[in-house]
Amino acid sequence: MDSPLLPYGVKRCTPGAFFLWTLPWLALLAWGGLAAVLCLWKGLNQTHMSNVFAFALWIVFDLAIIGLGAGAFFTGFLTYIVGRKELKSIINTAVVIGFICYSGAIAMLGIDIGQPIRGWFIFWHANIHSMLVEVSFCITCYLIVLTIEFVPLILENRQIRKVRELRLVGHNLHEIMAVFAATGTFLSFFHQGSLGGMFGVMYARPFAAREGFYIWPWTFFLFVLSAIACGPCFTILCTKLTEFLSRKKLVPDDAIQFLAKMSGWLLALYMVLKTFDYLGWIYGIVPRAGLTFMDFFNEGPYGVWIIVAEMVFCGFLPAIILLTPAGRKSQGWLIFASLLNCAGIVLNRFLFIIVTPAIPVMPFDRFRSYLPTWQEWGIGMAVVGYGFLVFSLAYRYLPMFPKETELNPLPVE
Amino acid sequence: MKKENDPGKPDAGHETAHQSRQKYGMVIDLDKCTGCGTCMVACAAENNVAVRADQTDKERTITWMNLYKITNGKKFPHTEVSYFPRPCMHCDHHPPCVSVCVASATKLDFNTGIVSQIYTRCIGCRYCQAACPYGARYFNWWDVFPQDKGMDRYLSPDVSPRMRGVVEKCTFCHHRLMRAKSQAYAEDRRELEEREYVTACTEACPVEAITFGDLNNPKHRVSQLIKHPYAFRLLERLGTEPKVYYLSSRDWVRKLADNFLPGEYEPVVNRTWAADEWSTKPGRDEF
Repeated sequence: MDSPLLPYGVKRCTPGAFFLWTLPWLALLAWGGLAAVLCLWKGLNQTHMSNVFAFALWIVFDLAIIGLGAGAFFTGFLTYIVGRKELKSIINTAVVIGFICYSGAIAMLGIDIGQPIRGWFIFWHANIHSMLVEVSFCITCYLIVLTIEFVPLILENRQIRKVRELRLVGHNLHEIMAVFAATGTFLSFFHQGSLGGMFGVMYARPFAAREGFYIWPWTFFLFVLSAIACGPCFTILCTKLTEFLSRKKLVPDDAIQFLAKMSGWLLALYMVLKTFDYLGWIYGIVPRAGLTFMDFFNEGPYGVWIIVAEMVFCGFLPAIILLTPAGRKSQGWLIFASLLNCAGIVLNRFLFIIVTPAIPVMPFDRFRSYLPTWQEWGIGMAVVGYGFLVFSLAYRYLPMFPKETELNPLPVE
Repeated sequence: MKKENDPGKPDAGHETAHQSRQKYGMVIDLDKCTGCGTCMVACAAENNVAVRADQTDKERTITWMNLYKITNGKKFPHTEVSYFPRPCMHCDHHPPCVSVCVASATKLDFNTGIVSQIYTRCIGCRYCQAACPYGARYFNWWDVFPQDKGMDRYLSPDVSPRMRGVVEKCTFCHHRLMRAKSQAYAEDRRELEEREYVTACTEACPVEAITFGDLNNPKHRVSQLIKHPYAFRLLERLGTEPKVYYLSSRDWVRKLADNFLPGEYEPVVNRTWAADEWSTKPGRDEF
């Protein structure tokens, strides 16, 4: 039925099977839609956020998916600026993932703020001292860049390509993609960094506060590094999942192996620097605030195990696997390491967003805990559903994997 | 160009200029405070603080002036209790909440020392709440003053009620300052008398545990009280420079006002100026 829309020379499931595949993701979107309507209509009292947990599940989702979506700018940088030609077979995937992550994050933020209609005040009444302003400006600009990077892929749809003008636009955009890759790299560096800076500058919250260089706390640089360390792994995971579901090879091994190796080195570097960061924090900021490391974990549900899991199991372990040629060449170990790497960044963001407010700063205050409501989960899961839906549509109707036909030649009839 | 919300660097001659400016602050005597809660009620009534039928969810209620009950942690008969009223600390120079505000909706006024909140500009991102270590900022989770219920008839006309989805906080009853200034202006005066501008909680406290005034003005009592050896501030070592000071003759109370590593806390040892039973000694307020 939709075969005229499918890319040339590829095999796709039937429209009926595709429709069935989209149903769970549409259900997640419906769940999120209902939750969004309730939150916008009745207010944020629909959540379990509070004056203690001012940032909660949505911000964890936001920061996590923005970190995971960093594969887009980093792969773009490696492909167009550094000139790694083998990555051209995976850059489209990275861009689509980036677009999903960033557009999803911005949509969530629109519901997360108490006065969504005033969202434009961020730009109109911008407080240039706020890291969140830097985040907002860079994310918005970068989403525009990602859209521009996504457009040529959309224009490569078989039917759209028949329109000469659109084909020319797509072709010319391809030609100048290096400019957008460079712009995206610049913008991403600053918003990934300022997302980390947001927490590091909270000098009156000893759990989050960090020293740093000039106006940038160390978290600024660590967030950039952690994002580029895990972003490629998330791109690998999405590719492997697509390969698993479509039961065919979509990306040559050289691209995957290069990304895995880069990820391994960056993760190892990040882990070393993060270790120094923790040591500097434990022996610097924490005692200066009159606290010891264990004071943060006196009680409450969030224990030292999160830091151990973040550093050892989701940090050093995947770094070692990814740096070992045998490790990253084994499909199972590669996926395992990528999963751990991605889990590590989520844990890192969780620590800054949820554990920080859970720990009282005033000695006579008490530890808190937080459980999200179904509305909060709904909006979070809607982004997941949205991601699967957009990715599936892109895979079905666009030549997202340029080497697909080469790797999977159709039998001659 | 200097931004409207830019606390910026002090101007040239800042030190002398600053002295001529007001720096309103508060001293709360914890030895006097009985924990009656009048300050909380007065604050809520004065500032149209939202009160819902069900106030049990304490993480989402709004109490600009919040009262903490603290104990020395000892068993009976050695148990001691103190109450800790906590308004916004109106941190000085670089308040944790001001620089983070995304839409310039909160501001430190260098002429008064008051940290204000512009409700109609706040977008409700709650970053300021996350940054404040005192929990002094509150988000409006509900619409509390529906016009059809007649609640609006109880509102104070001097303070705008807040809409759902914005952050609010203690303003040191800023509208009272405006009112006092207008009165002084009408009487062709440029300086306010000490008691001319006080907050609602100060006025309401039945035991006069709260003293309010200009910390920069040597004629104001608060400027003397903050030099008291028993004066301290909440979480002082974080560097927020609160303009709310506390007084307590009890070491364990002062110790609970901040975090200390073992052996770090130094009790006030120089007590020669006052007897141990300082809190009840006649004439102590004349210090």
